[in-house]
Amino acid sequence: MSGHDHGDDGVSRRKVLECMTWAGTGVLWTITGGVPRSLGIIDSAEAATAAAPGMTFLQISDSHVGFDKPANPNALGTLEEAVGKINAMPAKPSFMIHTGDITHLSKASEFDNADRIISQSKLDVHYVPGEHDFLDEEVKFYRDRYGRGTKGQGWYSFDAGGVHFIGLVNVVDLKAGGLGNLGTEQLAWLEDDLRGKSKSTPIVLFAHIPLWTVYPEWGWGTEDGGRALEYVKGFGSVTVLNGHIHQVMQKVEGNVTFHTARSTAFPQPAPGTAPSPGPMKVEDAKLRSMLGVASVNFKQNEQRLAIIDTPLQG
Amino acid sequence: MKTLNRRDFSVAVAAAILLPVATARADENAMEVHIDNFVFQPAELKIKLGTTVTWTNRDDIPHTVVSAGKFRSKTLDTDDKFTFTFTDAGDYKYFCSLHPHMTGMIKVE
Repeated sequence: MSGHDHGDDGVSRRKVLECMTWAGTGVLWTITGGVPRSLGIIDSAEAATAAAPGMTFLQISDSHVGFDKPANPNALGTLEEAVGKINAMPAKPSFMIHTGDITHLSKASEFDNADRIISQSKLDVHYVPGEHDFLDEEVKFYRDRYGRGTKGQGWYSFDAGGVHFIGLVNVVDLKAGGLGNLGTEQLAWLEDDLRGKSKSTPIVLFAHIPLWTVYPEWGWGTEDGGRALEYVKGFGSVTVLNGHIHQVMQKVEGNVTFHTARSTAFPQPAPGTAPSPGPMKVEDAKLRSMLGVASVNFKQNEQRLAIIDTPLQG
Repeated sequence: MKTLNRRDFSVAVAAAILLPVATARADENAMEVHIDNFVFQPAELKIKLGTTVTWTNRDDIPHTVVSAGKFRSKTLDTDDKFTFTFTDAGDYKYFCSLHPHMTGMIKVE
């Protein structure tokens, strides 16, 4: 790997490994002086207790409903397990975000099945699309279901628990040879959306493809993500939540914490460790340790949001 | 004498086996590109005018084949195919609109 713009990869990769080592339990991340520090092994019940009070929301990602290949012949089943995991949490989260690739092939039946399972959580869900959600001929199934009240290709913002949430779309109008794309219209909207906001307002940006450059050789990054990050630079607390790469990665840069969530459908290889980023077939017994959800807790007056990644099974 | 005869016989058999293989090879009007591991193979293809190219997705993930203003496949799931017949000379750059780091080129002479 060429090292020129990957200065933090070593750190994030080490963190990922740490996380992997402890897969099977939740790992509570806390940040002191800009450096993420794991508090140790906790189970999800303790994590939820430790996290209260404050506001907790959940992130699920990459459910790929309709996927039935060897890496996981029943992606709908593992999504249902993830929702079961969420319903079993002792403290009910405030809401959920889904960071895209709800379906595998954008079929109406896949969207219907996804909704049937996810709605069992009885939580409000804020979606952003993945590239797998815009595959139908007229690109309307996602928009009909989740596009109401959004701008452009489906971006929007909302406030909850004192945090300003911004859902971005970076899977449209991709350019040959390039990465994910936000586009000038969305960036102008973002700049406008943030105008006048107090710099002490915690910001959560969420989108499907990582807004930071994880591994351009596999397209894991967003061409103009840097411009979005420019707009949030002055804010005291910024959390960027993404999916797409089907594994946990985290890094901290100044006031910005970047985090990617596991998929509920199938794992993908760590950057550069396989011939392609495609679905990774693991032993059946290991699959559920590589799928999961993330819960994110925010406490007033704390700069960082605490993120707990919980696998389906340890 | 006997050994010579046997050698002649072997040569004749070998020729008989090889001949049909040689004639069946390479229909110049049809070429193939495979998608394996998020890569178009071959990445660059030189073809004659009038050639039909067939792309086959052999990945577990859907892909597309798009050349701006020239051709655009539907989403290709595993083992799905897309064909296009090239009736104008020129260079056709194309890519996968879902995974834009995947690029390829067809050169039509």
